[in-house]
Amino acid sequence: MTDAPAPAARPRRLDVRDLHAWYGESHVVHGATFHVDRGEIVTLLGRNGAGKTTTMRALAGVVRTRKGSAHLDGHDLLATPPHRVARTGLGYVPEERGIFASLSVAENLLLPPVVRPGGVSLAEIHALFPNLKGRDRTQGTRLSGGEQQMLAIARVLRTGADFILLDEPTEGLAPVIVEEIAHALGALKARGLTILLVEQNIRFALAAADRHYVVEQGRVVDEFDNTTLRTDRARIDAYLGV
Amino acid sequence: MLSVPLVVLLGQVVLGLINGAFYAVLSLGLAIIFGMLNVINFAHGAFYMLGAFVCWLLLTHVGLGYWPALVVVPLVVGAVGVVVERVFLSRLAGIDHLYGLLFTFGLALALEGGFIFVFGAAGNPYPVPDALRGIVRLGPLILPLYRFWVITASIIVCLAVWLLIEKTRLGALLRAATENPRLVTAFGVNVPLLVTLTYGACVGLAGFAGVLAAPIYQVSPTMGSNLIIIVFAVVVIGGLGSIGGSIVTGLALGVIEGLTKVFYPAGSTIVIFLVMVLVLMLRPAGLFGRET
Ligand SMILES: Nc1ncnc2c1ncn2[C@@H]1O[C@H](COP(=O)(O)OP(=O)(O)O)[C@@H](O)[C@H]1O
Ligand SMILES: [Mg+2]
Repeated sequence: MTDAPAPAARPRRLDVRDLHAWYGESHVVHGATFHVDRGEIVTLLGRNGAGKTTTMRALAGVVRTRKGSAHLDGHDLLATPPHRVARTGLGYVPEERGIFASLSVAENLLLPPVVRPGGVSLAEIHALFPNLKGRDRTQGTRLSGGEQQMLAIARVLRTGADFILLDEPTEGLAPVIVEEIAHALGALKARGLTILLVEQNIRFALAAADRHYVVEQGRVVDEFDNTTLRTDRARIDAYLGV
Repeated sequence: MLSVPLVVLLGQVVLGLINGAFYAVLSLGLAIIFGMLNVINFAHGAFYMLGAFVCWLLLTHVGLGYWPALVVVPLVVGAVGVVVERVFLSRLAGIDHLYGLLFTFGLALALEGGFIFVFGAAGNPYPVPDALRGIVRLGPLILPLYRFWVITASIIVCLAVWLLIEKTRLGALLRAATENPRLVTAFGVNVPLLVTLTYGACVGLAGFAGVLAAPIYQVSPTMGSNLIIIVFAVVVIGGLGSIGGSIVTGLALGVIEGLTKVFYPAGSTIVIFLVMVLVLMLRPAGLFGRET
């Protein structure tokens, strides 16, 4: 594993150091360094275009041109073939949600192979996201935006993934739905899942997460705990330009 | 051209269904390959020809008859397809799909040329298996049993493939990988392997059609290129990427072709292309294609 402070209360799960990522010739992530410990919810905050999504894609193996290092539970993510990344326990919920139009809700939900035991059962998923109940035969993309987001989250929970990459789950959703998703994140944290969250909504980030990194031009430039984020709004607002 | 007896009409419909059955099986495979690989598989007719040839060679050189060939030939042709995908097509993935088209076109020419070189251009007859000799009566219609079998077997195979793709988990994986291969990969599925096996299976299906065709048509190196041009028209009419659409279109166009033979025999060779022109003018994405 890594050189976490000696008797760490929480073992390190994700350790990213000097991560770089490219789209073709275009260098987008410029040496990001951050970490996530077991059971934590950690956010990446930052303006549009800062490279948060690309960082997640690089970790999930969707973006393939990468340098630096990224380890999940000691597995070298950058050396893992793309179709084996999921087996390290990493579940990817993309920003665009990635619900398949040619698949029904049930087919979408059951699509990702189970990677390890202990996944969230269908009954629990329906308790967590009651909107998905009874919608099995509906075409995936006929669901509302919020329901598609729930489906995208539910889909990776079922596989037994216990490290979730969650990219802007509340983007463009009504406040009621945002609340439902916040509630679900709380339930997942209680189950012991570890989550790396990209978020623009500071209030949501405060309510949901333990720690926060600020990403600017493909680098992690600052870190906040919840107290600082709450009390020092000027500092974070300066980063986000609000 | 005025009063055509009903029996003659029905007879042509059934004969048309035989051609339509081949169109359906072949265009089905083309549509699936196009969806998964983004390749217009010009070699599809050559694999159909290969199927008929392997069937004939098995009989003449190994003494293996029609029924075992029905199983062995698709496996052999499918294995050739797997090698072709692994060694060549997979390296063309991700670049302009013109390259895939050029490669498969070249492969088709090479296969056809190679078979002409070794076996000559003349056709070789293949006997109808004993169990399928004779005739069937369907009401007023009299039909050779073998042709009845071709229609039935093709429709069953098409339906089975359709069910596999629309109703099973494997089918859901194929549909999802067609839409967003990177995300399906991130979920832990070996998509390149899925693509290879899909190509092998679809090409094996063309080989199966070749076995069905062997006792009807002469087994000749050019039998594939004669058929594939029409099959491409069928795919264009049905709309690339629609599985159900390619089955229905294939059968329907076979029937239209058959009926044209009754009313205006000279037009039967071009009627499918006329339909294609009409469809392209009215619905450029094809009858069952998604408009974009
Ligand atoms: N598919 C892509 N191809 C090329 N450039 C991209 C692509 N996606 C994003 N970018 C660029 O990469 C940069 C970072 O984007 P992204 O990671 O999506 O930022 P964020 O998620 O922080 O808003 C932006 O300048 C964006 O324009
Ligand atoms: Mg983003």
